[in-house]
Amino acid sequence: MKWLRQTLKDIRQYPSAVIGLVLILSMVALALYTIIAIPYSEAIRLWRGGEDVWGENPRIVPPAWTNWFRREKLPETLVLRSGDEGVTKEKSIISEDMDDITMTFTFDYPYDGFPQSMSVFFTTKYTAKAPHISLSWLTPDGTRIRLGEITARRADAYRIDQDDRLVRRLRGVEPRIGLFADPEKETPTPVKGTYTLVVEATTFEPNSEVDAKFVLYGQVYGLAGTDHRRRDLSVALLWGTPIALSFGLIASLGTTITTMIISAVGVWFGGVVDGLIQRITEVNIILPFLPILIMVGTFMSRSIWVLLFWVIALSIFGGAIKTYRATFLQVKEAPYIEAAQAYGASNWRIIVFYLVPRIIPQLLPGLVSAIPAYVFLEASLALLGLGDPVVPTWGKLIDDARANGALYNGQYYWVLQPAVLLMVVGLAFAMVGFAMDRIFNPRLREV
Amino acid sequence: MSENALSAQPASVPKSQKSAAGARNVVKLARYTIFKLGSLFIAVVIGIYLTILIANMGGYVDQILKGQIREQVSISIGMDPEMRQRPVEERNRLIEETIAVEENRLGLNQPFLIRSFRFLHRALTLNLGRAQFMSSDSGSRLVSNIILERLPSTLLLMATSNLLLFFASVFFALYLSRNYGNVLDKLVVGFSPTSAVPAWFYGIFLILLFAAVLGWLPFGGMVAAPPPPQLGARLLSIGRHLILPVLAWLMSGFFGGAYGYRTFFLIFSMEDYVELARAKGLSDREVERRYVLRPTLPNIITTFALLLIGLWQGATILETIFNWPGLGRLLYQAIGLFDTAVIVGSNVIYAYLLALTVFLLDFIYALVDPRVRIGSGGAK
Repeated sequence: MKWLRQTLKDIRQYPSAVIGLVLILSMVALALYTIIAIPYSEAIRLWRGGEDVWGENPRIVPPAWTNWFRREKLPETLVLRSGDEGVTKEKSIISEDMDDITMTFTFDYPYDGFPQSMSVFFTTKYTAKAPHISLSWLTPDGTRIRLGEITARRADAYRIDQDDRLVRRLRGVEPRIGLFADPEKETPTPVKGTYTLVVEATTFEPNSEVDAKFVLYGQVYGLAGTDHRRRDLSVALLWGTPIALSFGLIASLGTTITTMIISAVGVWFGGVVDGLIQRITEVNIILPFLPILIMVGTFMSRSIWVLLFWVIALSIFGGAIKTYRATFLQVKEAPYIEAAQAYGASNWRIIVFYLVPRIIPQLLPGLVSAIPAYVFLEASLALLGLGDPVVPTWGKLIDDARANGALYNGQYYWVLQPAVLLMVVGLAFAMVGFAMDRIFNPRLREV
Repeated sequence: MSENALSAQPASVPKSQKSAAGARNVVKLARYTIFKLGSLFIAVVIGIYLTILIANMGGYVDQILKGQIREQVSISIGMDPEMRQRPVEERNRLIEETIAVEENRLGLNQPFLIRSFRFLHRALTLNLGRAQFMSSDSGSRLVSNIILERLPSTLLLMATSNLLLFFASVFFALYLSRNYGNVLDKLVVGFSPTSAVPAWFYGIFLILLFAAVLGWLPFGGMVAAPPPPQLGARLLSIGRHLILPVLAWLMSGFFGGAYGYRTFFLIFSMEDYVELARAKGLSDREVERRYVLRPTLPNIITTFALLLIGLWQGATILETIFNWPGLGRLLYQAIGLFDTAVIVGSNVIYAYLLALTVFLLDFIYALVDPRVRIGSGGAK
């Protein structure tokens, strides 16, 4: 405890390390929040979900907060269903079999841009004869524009932008623009004000029922924007945190501790054991690290945990073994080891209680500094298309963005958000590791 | 390569025995050399064999290949209008025969274990053979041609960035160690954690800034498409394409490298013998050259040698990000196509280069640092 307090006191002398520690702690807090708020199975379900989960989201739009930096505010996504404010539903009986259902969706449109698209989704109840539906549009100045008519099956959608007849009626202008644009102006500018969508349905059976949901797909969405499959990026950004932290931490801890124990065993027993460990290290250095991981990803499994195992397995017999060995060789000759032998301590007791603790100060900075390398390694693998197909990670977001040409198309938010998070985690650990190196390494203290 | 060196060694022993004065030392040196070469060679053999096993997934790739052959042959014979007239038995017989010929051609009819040792023998004698699916842009199927075609572009990218990085950081570090504690020095110390971020990552930011937002430099590739016909314009185009990847490499390595070398120089300049040299009244330059740089030379040479052979591997991810047609990308494509010949070929060359470098470094240490003695006996 005293040792820990001393270390913390030493770290306080390095402002960058303090910043790094604060960043790490906030990342850990974020990771814990994520795991509790969105359980692992839920995250996978969301991330693998299709239109059923993400149908109400626009496709590839930046986060909503980007509007703060724009003079012309882009529309946010608007979803209106029955029961919401601005939605009315009236039913009038025409005859024994026929009913008339009128729904109105009234909403305020204060934006300077046009929506990405608009759709009306229907859920209907009938046995044989499907209800007939006609839609119309009221602009703020009271103009009524006839939209389309459809016979709605059980779950049907009217996509306003794909109605060719409506496009013709609007003289070739896309409905998402034509329904909002000011007719007086040369360049299309939306009229701000209150719009109403009127849905009139006629049902042909006594128990037939119609319900509708209106979705106006905006140009911005949520905290983090969406991707090409309409998914909310915040799910992946959040879940990337525990994945990156645990991947980096497990890989670094697993590698360092195993390497340390193996080199201690080699030094203590010497002879054949030591020689064998040295030879394995030489073979391992010749083995190409990244290509083997690519091969594992291609041939075996792309699960992030399988790759993690291989990362550790390939890193154990790395260059660090020689550094630890040099230190252990010195420690082995120390008088207190001789004393331990004299009182009859077993080999393992000497290794675990006398050799290993001596190297921990030297090992800790390396352990912390190695974390960013593993965090970025995971992203690298994702970038080579070897990301885990199930779990959302930051590297996979960057890979998705690259594969869909986000940089060419100017969708910078898609690359920048995961990249900045990766950078924050990487630099935070690097800064703390750097300071620890200077604290624990007496030769570095003076320079 | 090292196999030849191994067999040549015993022959050179008697010759030097005659001329050398310290015969016992030479014997010791020869024994050490042979032991070192032998153990390195064994490491290479095991490393390559493991690579062969992994690249074939312990024979699983054979199953994939067999399945592919069966599918191709069945489709090509099934689609042939002439064959449709023939009876089913004859068609099936023909399919089986063609498959057998094809498997024989690729050697798939022999057990994998036997073939794996043949692969090993071929790889170790640098008989790299033919690729199964890949071909060079000029149409050659020879693995050596495929690799040689990609080598210049990888060397261009990696040599430019690595040599620039190495010399820039070493000389800058020397400057810093002379001006220890000034503003620049503090800046480098502060910025050194930025080297935890890999080059490809800076590459993304650079592409975003200089290619996407500003539009000054190309997104990737090695030369404009179509390549300009004049040599001068083509070189200029290659140069323009080279800027961003090299810059990414420098950004990722510079501060960390400069900090590392600077600290290294400083530690050596605090030794007692340096103090003594100063006390003798030697000039700063003289002290630095004779007492600081000389002992640091072995480490710097090691870094440099490993850097040189590292050029061979290319940088897979940097090349992917920048769409650079280099060896790293070649290897990645080869793995995607299960083309084991290319994977093993690329690895065996790297393994030999690495083993040779490790071997030579021992002698270079002894050459530049009189305190180092090869083996247990003294030499050189």
